[in-house]
Amino acid sequence: MMNLADSAPVTNNLLGSEADSQRTLYPYVTGTSVIGIKYKDGILFAADMGGSYGSTLRYKSVERLKSVGKHSVIGASGEISDFQEIMRYLDELILYDNMWDDGNSVGPKEVHNYLTRVMYNRRNKFNPLWNSLVLGGIKNGQKYLGTVSMIGVNYVDDHVATGFGNHLARPILRDEWHENLTYEEGVKLLEKCMRVLLYRDRSAVNKLQIAKITDEGFTLSEPYSLKTFWDFNAFKNPTLGAEGSW
Amino acid sequence: MDSIYNDLNAPHSMGTTIIGVTYDGGVVLGADSRTSTGMYVANRASDKITQLTDNVYICRSGSAADSQVLSDYVRYYLHQHTIQLGQPATVKVAANLVRMVSYNNKNMLQTGLIVGGWDKHEGGKIYGIPLGGTLLEQPFTIGGSGSSYLYGFFDQVWKEGMTQDEAEKLVVKAVSLAIARDGASGGVVRTVTINKDGVSRKFFPGNTLPLWHEELEAKDSLLDGLSAASPEPMVS
Repeated sequence: MMNLADSAPVTNNLLGSEADSQRTLYPYVTGTSVIGIKYKDGILFAADMGGSYGSTLRYKSVERLKSVGKHSVIGASGEISDFQEIMRYLDELILYDNMWDDGNSVGPKEVHNYLTRVMYNRRNKFNPLWNSLVLGGIKNGQKYLGTVSMIGVNYVDDHVATGFGNHLARPILRDEWHENLTYEEGVKLLEKCMRVLLYRDRSAVNKLQIAKITDEGFTLSEPYSLKTFWDFNAFKNPTLGAEGSW
Repeated sequence: MDSIYNDLNAPHSMGTTIIGVTYDGGVVLGADSRTSTGMYVANRASDKITQLTDNVYICRSGSAADSQVLSDYVRYYLHQHTIQLGQPATVKVAANLVRMVSYNNKNMLQTGLIVGGWDKHEGGKIYGIPLGGTLLEQPFTIGGSGSSYLYGFFDQVWKEGMTQDEAEKLVVKAVSLAIARDGASGGVVRTVTINKDGVSRKFFPGNTLPLWHEELEAKDSLLDGLSAASPEPMVS
């Protein structure tokens, strides 16, 4: 884990002085996992509202799920300032698309492709946007769900996640996801994944939002918290009968 | 053991404790006043709350030079913006300009900032801009090295809709607590209160602050309060 106590930028002889060029070398304020799944009417996303500063859980009301135009939702993990910059790029993309005033609108596939180009090109210049993004949406009944990383790796799937979500949530989704989940089933499934992340991801924070996108539009839930379960016999007195052990 | 002379040439850093809180009607910004070069206190009465416009101020932490030059740029941009706009700049615009400079120079700058002010559209607002250039509007925020000691404190005592007096007292208490534990924070507590009626600067020297754990009342001398002769040696 990086030590992010306010230390001065270091000179690395191999890469030249950091101050020379514009290159993001380490993240400061970061968001953790995002999970996205396809369901019957569209796409569901979940992300917590944490902004970590190294090991400190510094910000607890960061919205990491945003709508993009009429048809898409983006979820970001990684450096929040870079996500805010990506949102500026996307808002510009949508604006220019609207200015054509031609009845067409940018869909999730186009946004995903655009983001992939942006992320990959920045990676090639050794100045990445330090994010892993989940991009999903629905246009004319066609559902779309994909992901892009800070090095430009991109793919589509029925369920995607970033960070810890890949290791903890996707195995659950591989087992329990199926085509035509109802909204309620989808939300419960996401909550099951988010609860596991809360137990096992140190940077998780118990305040989350669920975003939904359907042909009707985009909704973002009010922030809420999940109940957690600690009432297991095995937890109550783990060293009983073996004092001094752990 | 490193020579102390290394430190005298170290970059000026304001270890710092900075705070911004909103209250019912405006905002209160607070800061300590210590600027250090390594272990030496270069300025024990710095003013870390800097004016950007009549109605928007910024709290500076981290590198003194970086935060000063950034403030100068933003003051310059805001001056032009105000002329072009024909009315006072909003706190949101000021904060976004600070974010712009901070984000675009993220590899070179080492400064965490708090922008606070009052405008007629949104009232009192506080924006936190930590390292990296993230912009976050918050009901209150803390920054600087001394802020580490205040997370628990604010978790416990913060409430929405305080009065001006409650907010000022809270800020002074918080900075004072941070000074007690953070070696990089010290000196006096400065506050700036901004609301529809304008700006009000206050100054709290050490002797006006509460005493915390293991701190003692200050005296002029050991010899104070000793009535006549020195104490008799104890005889068991």
